[in-house]
Amino acid sequence: MKKNLMEHIGEKSPYQDMTPGGIVYGGGNSTDVRTGDWRTVTPVFHPEKCTHCLLCFPVCPDSSIPTQDGKRLDFDYDHCKGCGICAAVCPLGAISFGEKEAEQ
Amino acid sequence: MSKRDRLSGNEAVAAAIRQIDPDVIAAFPITPSTEIPQYVSQFKAEGRLSTEFVTVESEHSAISACAGAQAAGVRAMTATSSAGFALMHEMLYVVASDRLPVVMAVVNRALTGPININNDHSDSMGSRDSGWLQLYSENAQEAYDNMLMAHRIAESPEVMLPVMVCQDGFITSHAVENILLEDDEAVKAFVGEYHPKDYLLNPARPVAFGPYGISAYYMELKKQQTEAMERSAAVIREVSRQYGHMTGRYYDLIEEYRMEDAQLAVICIGSSAGTGKAAVDELRGQGIQAGLLKIRAFRPFPGREIAAALARVKAVGIMDKADGFSGSGGPLGAEVRAALYQAKASVPAVNFIYGLGGRDVRVDDFYNIFGQLGDMADGAEAPMYRYIGVRE
Repeated sequence: MKKNLMEHIGEKSPYQDMTPGGIVYGGGNSTDVRTGDWRTVTPVFHPEKCTHCLLCFPVCPDSSIPTQDGKRLDFDYDHCKGCGICAAVCPLGAISFGEKEAEQ
Repeated sequence: MSKRDRLSGNEAVAAAIRQIDPDVIAAFPITPSTEIPQYVSQFKAEGRLSTEFVTVESEHSAISACAGAQAAGVRAMTATSSAGFALMHEMLYVVASDRLPVVMAVVNRALTGPININNDHSDSMGSRDSGWLQLYSENAQEAYDNMLMAHRIAESPEVMLPVMVCQDGFITSHAVENILLEDDEAVKAFVGEYHPKDYLLNPARPVAFGPYGISAYYMELKKQQTEAMERSAAVIREVSRQYGHMTGRYYDLIEEYRMEDAQLAVICIGSSAGTGKAAVDELRGQGIQAGLLKIRAFRPFPGREIAAALARVKAVGIMDKADGFSGSGGPLGAEVRAALYQAKASVPAVNFIYGLGGRDVRVDDFYNIFGQLGDMADGAEAPMYRYIGVRE
């Protein structure tokens, strides 16, 4: 785990504590932003229909389809913005999207 | 040891760039600054500098490439004029707010319309609030000297802001003058190497530039930026002092010419100062206590210094080579008046709009201006602003 050099900076910090030009220290911190909050329509994974062909995960613009040992896992809802591209590319109906009964 | 040469303003700036040997230059040609990247690419072809020269498709791309290069961790420079400068406008703010000390040569040319390739200051004055430092040059020598000082000022940890070095299109950019050039080695030692604290190509300390600044952060970052601009005044003075020690040519935020006992004063920017000084000398010979104040640094704005220099004058003419179209005159007029008000000065002041689109300003025009100032010192009403050199 990288050390967070900006731990002390928040919305109440005085300007003297800000980094120069708002520079962001540390890599891989985009996961800290919960873009899942922006989602209005939620995709739902149906593992019983999935053959793990993995057509879905590379088209996800937010890396919200985690994979392990050649198989996809359930959605990362902290970051999925609900664009629906994964549902559109799935050939097996293993991802439902915008269907009332499937919504969380 | 300085070496005497004869160079145009563009050649002088190109000579400075060759000596600085920046890591990246990204530029797009536009009159009258075209010669600067042209000469630089020639130096590159001759193997006389190691700069990566990036030919881009627009000035917006030129300044964007400079921003990227500077953020990556190297020195980046560009040059432009007029419409090309205006096309950079959006990115000028980005470079400044990301605290990237890019240095840019600006060869001032009027903005369209009507379309015009000649000199005034409407281009750089249009971006005076972009967060860049602005140094203006009276002649080729000053353009060269300002370029050699610009990186030291921009890259100071106290500043970390971009600098534009401006000179007047054609009037100085294309006129060949006597000039003193410093030795390559002396310049390299003076300018030094660029070692930024944070840069993108540093895996040991990963960073991201240009974050989204929500309202909870945006204003704090602007406050940081404006404090850096305030601090830059002292840095300009210190770097200029060191440059003076090396070359014998000393600079400040403003230049006062025969101001010690002046009763009538004009303030101007750029090449007109040379013409104005000739008029001052002539008028002094006639017993008129004339003086001239030249702005070298318009950003940071040396308001206190200007007010102090004008403390004892009886009338002042503030000369703008750009109309602000406020109905109240130009940018220098507005800011000098604000500085005088803050200093509780009540000197009669008139803002002269002159030299637009390359309209020549002659010694006779300065006689006319000093004549009007004399009338105001004697009680004639000072208008808010007045056009000089226009047919009416």
